[in-house]
Order: sequence, then C-alpha cells, then structure tokens
Amino acid sequence: MKLKALALASCMAALTAPVAAEGLKVGMITTLSGGGAGLGIDVRDGFMLAVSQADRKDIEVVIEDDQRKPDIAVQLADKMIQSEKVDVLTGIIWSNLAMAVVPAAVAQGKFYLSPNAGPSVLAGKGCNPNYFNVAWQNDNLHEAGGAYANTADYKNSFILAPNYPAGQDALTGYKRMYEGELAGELFTKLGQTDYASEIAQIRASGADSVYFFLPGGMGISFLKQYADSGLDIPVVGPAFSFDQGILQAVGDAALGVVNTSQWNKDIDNATNAQFVKTFQEAYGRLPSLYASQGFDTANLLMSAMDVADVSDADAFRTALQAADFDSTRGDFKFGSNNHPVQDIYVREVIKEGDIFTNKIIGTALSDHADVYAADCKF
Amino acid sequence: MSMILLAEQVLNGLQLGVMLFVMAAGLTLVFGVMGLINLAHGSLFMIGAFAAAAVAGATGSFLLALIAALSAAAAVGALVEVVVIRRLYDRDHLDQVLATFALILIFSEGTRWIFGSFPLFLNIPPYLAGPVTLPGGIEYPLYRLTLITIGLSIAAALFWLINRTRLGIQIRAGENDREMIAALGVDISKLYTIVFALGAALAGLAGALVGAIQSVQVGMGEPVLILAFVVIVIGGIGSIKGALIAAILVGLTDTLGGVLLPALFKQFMEASAATSIGSSLASMAIYILMAVVLIWRPTGLFGARA
Repeated sequence: MKLKALALASCMAALTAPVAAEGLKVGMITTLSGGGAGLGIDVRDGFMLAVSQADRKDIEVVIEDDQRKPDIAVQLADKMIQSEKVDVLTGIIWSNLAMAVVPAAVAQGKFYLSPNAGPSVLAGKGCNPNYFNVAWQNDNLHEAGGAYANTADYKNSFILAPNYPAGQDALTGYKRMYEGELAGELFTKLGQTDYASEIAQIRASGADSVYFFLPGGMGISFLKQYADSGLDIPVVGPAFSFDQGILQAVGDAALGVVNTSQWNKDIDNATNAQFVKTFQEAYGRLPSLYASQGFDTANLLMSAMDVADVSDADAFRTALQAADFDSTRGDFKFGSNNHPVQDIYVREVIKEGDIFTNKIIGTALSDHADVYAADCKF
Repeated sequence: MSMILLAEQVLNGLQLGVMLFVMAAGLTLVFGVMGLINLAHGSLFMIGAFAAAAVAGATGSFLLALIAALSAAAAVGALVEVVVIRRLYDRDHLDQVLATFALILIFSEGTRWIFGSFPLFLNIPPYLAGPVTLPGGIEYPLYRLTLITIGLSIAAALFWLINRTRLGIQIRAGENDREMIAALGVDISKLYTIVFALGAALAGLAGALVGAIQSVQVGMGEPVLILAFVVIVIGGIGSIKGALIAAILVGLTDTLGGVLLPALFKQFMEASAATSIGSSLASMAIYILMAVVLIWRPTGLFGARA
C-alpha cells in the first residue's frame, strides 16, 4: 500500500514538474473575466508575445484569472508559490489586488514584477528589493496631467475621480504639479455610470479645463455624456480612459482629447515598431499601453535570466535592476525604489482610417521618478 | 447654488428615476406575480444593450437597435423562463437566488464569448444628439429629455395594461392568489412566461437606451440591478405605482444628494474634507432612504405584503 502510494506520488510529481529543472517558472495572476478583463488580456498577450518571440525553452508561464477579486488573487498566489513552485510572480492589474498579494509574496523570497499597478505604499515605506514596477507609480500620469495643464496655461481646473485610494492618489498627483486654481474638486462613486450631475456642476463652475481620472467603463460613460452636453471646455485625462481597448467604444466623443501616457505606438524606436507590428499580426488588433507593459515586463525578466540564475537571488536582483533590455518606451531605467524613471508624453486622440488611436504631441515630464522613492529604504 | 443648476439636477434625477423604473417594473412584476427573486434581471439589461450595439453597428439605425434590444431580451427572457425559471417557483428564495446568480455568470461569460472583452460602441443617433435650451435658459441634452418622455410613456402604458386589460386582471389576480386563478381556467404557466418576457423586454429596452450614453460592457447590469432592488423594496413588492414613485424618489435622492451634501458640508468644513465626507454620505443616501421608508412602512410605500 505504501509502495503504491509512493509510486503514485512520484508519477504525480513527474506529471506536474516537467523537465525544466534549470529554467524559471512565472506565475501570472491577472484579470481575464468580468468588467476589467480587457486590461488583463492585453497584459497577458503582450507578455506572451515577448516570450514566444524569444523562443526560449527555459521559461514556463502559468496563467490564472483573479476575476478582479483580492481574495481570489491571494488564493492563486498561495497556490502558485506552494504547489506550482513559481520563482517569479507578475500580472496584477489593480492596486487593491497588488496590495493583497505583493507584500506576502516578496516576504517569501519570490520576485514580483508589476506590469500595471503601482500603489504609493509599495513605492515608498512598503518597498521591497524583490518588487519591481515595470509600468509606473500610480501618481505618475496624473502628475504629467498637472504639468501639461501648466504648459497649456490652464488657470482654473475642475478635477474629478472616483472615491477610492487610486482616485485620491490621482487628484493628489495632479495637484502636486498643477500651479493654477481649482474651480472644483469632486469624488464620484466607484463604478458610477451616469455623470449628468457632475457635468452640470462643471458647467456651473466656470472652469477653463477639466481633469478626470475615470478608468475603463466609467471614462467611456463620462466622455460620451460630456460630448453630448454641449460643453466645450478642454478635457485632459490619463491614458487609462484612452487606451486602445476602449477608444472604439467612446467614438467621436474622444476625438482631439489630450491625455498623458508613458507609451504610445508611435514612439520611434526599433523595438516599439517591431512590437506594434508583431502584436497586430498575432492578435489582429492594435496594442494598448497595457500590452506594451506586459511586453516590457517579459523582456525585462528574460534579460535578467540571460545574466543570472533565479536561484541566486542577489545576482538575479542585480540583473533586474540593471534593466538591460530594449524597452518599447526607448530609454528605461529603475530608480532607487525599483520603480521606473521615464518620460511621460502628452497624446492626442486621432482617427486613422476607421480606427481611433493616439498620437504623441509633446513630452509632459522628462526622466520622471516618483516622490515616494525618498521614503524607500531597502 | 444657482437655480439653473438645481433645475438641471432635478431633471437629471428624474431621468435616472424613470430609467430605473423601466428596469424595476419587470422585476417587481416577476417578484409580485410569481414570488421569484430574479438576480439575472441585470443580465437582460446587458443583453438589450449588446443586441442594440450589434444591430446599430451593422445597420446604423438606432430605431432598429431598440427593436432588436426589445426582442432579443424578450426572447431570452421567455427561453430562460421555460428552461430554468419555471422549475424555481415552488422552491424557496435561497434556491432561486442561487440559480439566478448562476444565470448571471453564464450570461456574462457567454456575452464575452460572443462579443469579446472590450466595450462596444453604441451612440446617440444624430437627430437626438446635443443640448436644447429649455425655458429659463437651462441647456439640457435632448437625448436625456427623450429618455424622460419614453420612461413616462412606458409607465402610462403599464398602468393601462395592468388596470384596463384582461392580461392586467390576470396579473393582478395572480399576485393575490395563484391557485385560485389556475382553478378558474387561466393558463398560469403561459401567463408567467408572458409576464417574465415582458419584464425582460423592458429591462432590455432600458439597457439599450442607457447604453447609448454609457459603456456597453460585460457586467453593466449588476450595479443597476442593485438600484432596481432598492426601488422595488421602497415601492412595495409587486406594485407598479410604488415602483414608479420609488424610482423617481431614488433618482432624485441619488442625484441631489451628490450635489447638495458636499455643498452643505462646505458651509462649515474645509473644502476637500467636505467633498470627501459629502461624497461618501451621498453614496449612502438611497440606502438611508430605504431604511427610513422600511421603518415607517415595513412593506414599502404601496406593498400589500411583507
């Protein structure tokens, strides 16, 4: 009986742990179902595109759907660390899920590469040498929004965001850079779909510009209703309301709107051109900034694998910090808190043929790091 | 706070209210007549919006899109009633909640399977786009005025249907005593299918109408479903009149609360704290309203039974 069980166990072990003894195993926890699935799918597709282009035998990726629920993300992380024995975790889109998973994972000695969420805690007091953010710190694009408002000579902005931590960070980020007065400041409900009341208040406020952070479907609703209200005050927002996945759903209402992003498909470098071309060939759609972040994350990871083995954590960490890979953003380097130091661009929504997309019209911030790095002591 | 802004917000509240009514009417009928808690009502809202977006994308006609939304939601509603819901009438509410929750998951992932994960485009037709100037100098979007008109017409049509037609008599009788009307020779299972399909069609229509100014995406029905449940609980289960009054009450409370509460707190607080506290209280306003109504009238405003 004991022998039988042993034999069975070794069979099971042989089944679950294939050859790659020297290789590296990545656990990707991302949102693949529910309302926010478009973002997770883009990150996954960008990541897997880079992996398949590298054509390596020594990397294995396990992908699971967190359904945008923190408790499920935590369960998946435990499962990946304990039974799948992954070396590196990645994939989480939302800051609240990242806060639930990342601290525990890095405390167990795993590496975490964030392809999207960049909550301020993980950049400052709660930073960890094994946590790398390949996208941005949450405040970055909003700070760029504030910087753009100064150059566009806006003096009286009306700002709004959903009433949750990332929304509060967004308005803080904008106000950190913006030098003018505020015509009004509003917190909306998370997931709100009707903005008639907010638009009426904007109309009554006498603002000369509007800055909004309403990711995903909230932004679609706001922009459509704003366009229909007859207001013609300029609107500025971060790239999250203007990514390739949702622009088609906003339609003409987004045309000409200025937004801030660390990436766009027309950034002029060979890696980016190749990425945009091969992504379209592989998936039949234009890549979004999320896809570029997934792509960069995979390339960063593989650049470190070329230099060091993940079993030597110190060497692997040093190799990651070097960020010796060709980013779709051109120059890419990490600051002292393992968060990007990068240019943030100003884009405008244009129409190419039948497709709505973005064009870079300027640079809002050059070599921009986040303010939380000073609080980070490894 | 100027009078123009206030008037505009009252219109916004009214518009939200009548759309909630169209959504809640079906829910309250199904609950009242069949005693069924249907969590999948929000999915029918979503199906209406997706059918409208697909048809509008293919034909470019908003009117055809609305017809498609009505018929798709009614057809799916009738199908679901015959295949699944019919088996749930005799079960307790917990089983109904479980089964209809499963339907939400099936519809959401099914919709994603067919239409993909990215939001669809559905826009206001050009002849309804843009603002109009109302007496008093209020600039208000024509489309939202149209929504108010459509919502009130649907309310009038439902009153006529319930109070003046043979089907209405059967529905009212079904609410009171379903065994008795079955004994009187009314085909109760056909009646149930018709009521369910009617409710589904109204939810689908609401989805298409609202989808044009919002985001047509998977899961769009669930937030509305919660509001619709608040409406039917306040209005009294099974009562169309209650649903209408409660919907407008909820719409006005939600809209005016979001504007007036932060302004009120600004009178004696620092601006950003007032915004934060005011916004948080405003999101609770409708639930506080519900609690107050239930304390005052435990069966809702026009409810016959608890």
